[in-house]
Amino acid sequence: MVRVLIPSGALGLNYDKTALERGLASKPDIIAIDGGSTDSGPAYLGRGISKYARASTKVEWKGLMEARARAGVPLVIGTAGTCGTDSAVDWLLGITREIAGELKQTLKIAVLRSSQSNADIAKAYANNRLHALPNAPDISEQTLLDCTNIVALAGAEQISAALETGADIIIAGRTTDTAIIAALPLMRGLNAGAAWHGAKIGECGALCATNPQSGVVLIDFDDEGFIVTPMAETSRATPHTVSAHMLYENSDPFILYEPGGHLDVSAAEYTALDESRVRVTGSKWVQSDRYTVKLEGAVVAGYQSVLIALLRDKRYVENAQEWADDIKDKCTQKVVDRLGILADEFEIELRLIGKNASFGPLETRTNDPHEIGVLAIVTAKTQDLATEIAQILNPYLLHHPLTSEEEQPTFAFPFSPADMARGAVYSFCLNHVLELSDPMDAFSLEVLTHG
Amino acid sequence: MANLGEIVEKVRSKNAGPFWLTIDIFCGTAPAFAQVCEGLSTERVASIFAAEAKTLKRFEIPSLNVVKFSLPRPVIQGSVADRDMHGASWAALLSEVELN
Repeated sequence: MVRVLIPSGALGLNYDKTALERGLASKPDIIAIDGGSTDSGPAYLGRGISKYARASTKVEWKGLMEARARAGVPLVIGTAGTCGTDSAVDWLLGITREIAGELKQTLKIAVLRSSQSNADIAKAYANNRLHALPNAPDISEQTLLDCTNIVALAGAEQISAALETGADIIIAGRTTDTAIIAALPLMRGLNAGAAWHGAKIGECGALCATNPQSGVVLIDFDDEGFIVTPMAETSRATPHTVSAHMLYENSDPFILYEPGGHLDVSAAEYTALDESRVRVTGSKWVQSDRYTVKLEGAVVAGYQSVLIALLRDKRYVENAQEWADDIKDKCTQKVVDRLGILADEFEIELRLIGKNASFGPLETRTNDPHEIGVLAIVTAKTQDLATEIAQILNPYLLHHPLTSEEEQPTFAFPFSPADMARGAVYSFCLNHVLELSDPMDAFSLEVLTHG
Repeated sequence: MANLGEIVEKVRSKNAGPFWLTIDIFCGTAPAFAQVCEGLSTERVASIFAAEAKTLKRFEIPSLNVVKFSLPRPVIQGSVADRDMHGASWAALLSEVELN
């Protein structure tokens, strides 16, 4: 049997300390936590940074490093620093060394890096080793060369290699959410279907149970299945909460693709062992013919400045769309005239908050609001240009009248200066897998010591 | 006829990676599940998101009383035109649809 303790769905989301203590008392074989995902958007990958505060990360990681020392088992984090680039791995490594110094811990640290060289990936593309997944954007060699960061998602093989070094702490770059949990049961030769399925159920911590914010969950893997035990006293896993977790952020609730194969849970059986524990059997792992890892890449899509204005005057609220459309037309023309650039070299968008900012043309409701927030978004090829255009837009948002006859209106600006530079905006440009002849080909493993 | 959101327990939408959106309709009871299976066509769901029906995946899961739809994200997550980074607000649009 292998017992995996999962403190929460991600480092930075916090965990219940009492529940973690209960988990430690259960003598886990490993502590595994995820450090990121693409869910917060492409900027983190684009810049190679974490979305969570350093202070929050440090407090939570310190708690886990103390727990590891007491338990005497490995602590592994996947997708360090939200995006799992080498820069994010180094950021967490720095925090780890700082904490180790404070706690006077002597450590063996394995660092698994997932960042890719643009040139290598462009070459793999030219050699037909990149394969598009469903709804992948069109790419070219140039797209790959333009990415500010490309990462490959490590699977269980790479995490196993890191575990085999005997490290106390494993800091992994981008990995699949499940790999850090599935690796040890797979290394011990336990049921592969159960290893991946249990990992998927546990990857978001206690989200597979009631009171999901308690975070801590324990998964016991064996030869035939796995058992889910939430660690907070207020948290219960039921066949419903556990099986329903396969729906979560998964486009197919029965199939999950991983490096080297896929998990099929269509024949899985979920049995309540008591009020809070569930046993799952019947999950299948189907090995693929070729070994692939998924890639993620981000490119700069432009630079932005934003402004916010508020409409409260009844007539302007009622005619907000007409007002906004007129501003967009007139301001676009003024930018073309004054800056000597083409209309397709920049974009001005006015989203009307309170009217249709969530869905735009897909909005079905037409209730009359009493006020409207105007979110003005300027996108251009450089930040200087975006700022310049935002400043040309400023007087329109402040004073633009519905008709030329009326007295000049003035609208509410909550900020001075009114325009806010957002810097580079990024877009995800890869939904592809990379074919590898050896799982370690796209990754590097380094063993460091501290103290 | 009632809106979807009035007869089910919860409608949830989330990203399934940056390129896909997935929507889980937790019907709560077997009769509500049957009503949703019967009264909510894939074509109707596709039209709400201005998508082609053939691009949608539909799952009916009686053991959970869940109907699930997955579709290519109406706009790629985080692109300049995206309005909702986590894809969670799309559920509101679907829950206001009237069942047949």
